[in-house]
Amino acid sequence: MTQMTGDEISDIEIKLLMEGLFQVYGHDFRDYSEASLRRRLNQWLSTSGFATISLAQSQLLRDRALFETLLRGITVNVSEMFRDPSFFKAIREHIVPYLKTYPFVKIWHAGCASGEEAYSMAILLIEEGLQGRFRIYATDINEEVIQKAQGGIYPLQELQHFTRNYQNAGGTGSFSDYYTARYDHAILSANLRENIVFAAHSLAVDADFGEMNMILCRNVMIYFKQPLKERVLALFDSSLITGGFLCLGTKETLDNRNISSQYETIVPRMQIYRKRYAKK
Amino acid sequence: MQRNSGKTFKAIVIGVSTGGVTALKKLLGGLPTDFPLPILVVSHISPDSDDGLAVLLDTLCSIHVKEANEGELIMPGTVYLAPANYHLLLERDSTIAFSIDSPVNFARPSVDVLFESAADVYNKTLIGILLTGAGNDGSKGMLKIKNRGGTVIVQDPVDAEMDSMPKSALQLLKADYVVCLKNIPELLHNIVEGKL
Repeated sequence: MTQMTGDEISDIEIKLLMEGLFQVYGHDFRDYSEASLRRRLNQWLSTSGFATISLAQSQLLRDRALFETLLRGITVNVSEMFRDPSFFKAIREHIVPYLKTYPFVKIWHAGCASGEEAYSMAILLIEEGLQGRFRIYATDINEEVIQKAQGGIYPLQELQHFTRNYQNAGGTGSFSDYYTARYDHAILSANLRENIVFAAHSLAVDADFGEMNMILCRNVMIYFKQPLKERVLALFDSSLITGGFLCLGTKETLDNRNISSQYETIVPRMQIYRKRYAKK
Repeated sequence: MQRNSGKTFKAIVIGVSTGGVTALKKLLGGLPTDFPLPILVVSHISPDSDDGLAVLLDTLCSIHVKEANEGELIMPGTVYLAPANYHLLLERDSTIAFSIDSPVNFARPSVDVLFESAADVYNKTLIGILLTGAGNDGSKGMLKIKNRGGTVIVQDPVDAEMDSMPKSALQLLKADYVVCLKNIPELLHNIVEGKL
């Protein structure tokens, strides 16, 4: 048998480590797409002091603190407030009128990272007069990032960008009303946080959330392989009320999925779908 | 001259920044409809851009140009452009992947991210092309392609609208070819046909 290349061996090391992490910690990355996972693992490896994944593995499986650093490295999702302003504009113009017809609206923001988009949604709904009539369940696999999200504190240098996004997303107020600047950080208003419940949740292993009017999962499944994508979509389908809305990232699509036929496209280029009422 | 003989190539990756539209028009405009390899392109564009550049290039070039879709299998004779605000990566099964990981070299999409992931997949069967641009995105990616035995082509800095990207790469590695933009289509033809 010919000797394997370094690449082939490192692919095997990654598979073995993912299996080990699942068995030891219950975190399941076995169905994560390889290209991004490999890049993130290599980045972690280069700062870890270990020469190879295999050399790191022994300690990773025994030392939870070390594992936490790896978890941070491979699950970090970056976001920004009102990312894709035209998406939030579409929510405001096309979806909010439906949401207003319900006495109370429940929204699941799956893979909320440090909370930027959940806060964006809260601002939007308050501006649309839904204060006191909605709750956002914002979940992420990474507990550390959930804590950060709860704080609602962001570097001041990002606020300029967030403000521009807010304006392009059709914001009707003044963005500066929603935060207080302290030194080089901005803290978001407490009344935004009142509407959001942050919780740790793994799309790969945990169960569904009941009776949602809207689910947002934007740019999270891009890191998943097909079987995991299908699992997550089934999870969303069972968590969404009939007539509820499913929102994906602008470069994701619901085409050719198991649940596709039960959903209609509401805003085409924004990947906003609605769960169909049962056919008579 | 023996260097590439007998090599079969599987894909081409192109990185470009400032001056990208003009450069891509010239380069891709010189390729035939039935060009035998898939081509993946990272061009630094503003985060709120739509697929306008792909649409424009498609109308101007005989080779088919489109914005890349997630999970899409790359095909010969097609040029795939990275969408704005996403990194473009390649999976081992030759399908397209996206990421919104932090910008690399201040860029998302980043040339390095595409080049490094494509080098992982194609090794010596990859051709990397780095064109005009400010900054130094793409240098590390070109080095990885080179180290994996792939072929690297750098636009001659003198010929580039902005020379810092090509210059930065040339400081890091010895390119297989340093050429003017207008000569790249013919060079590609010769490389792919095994004439070099």
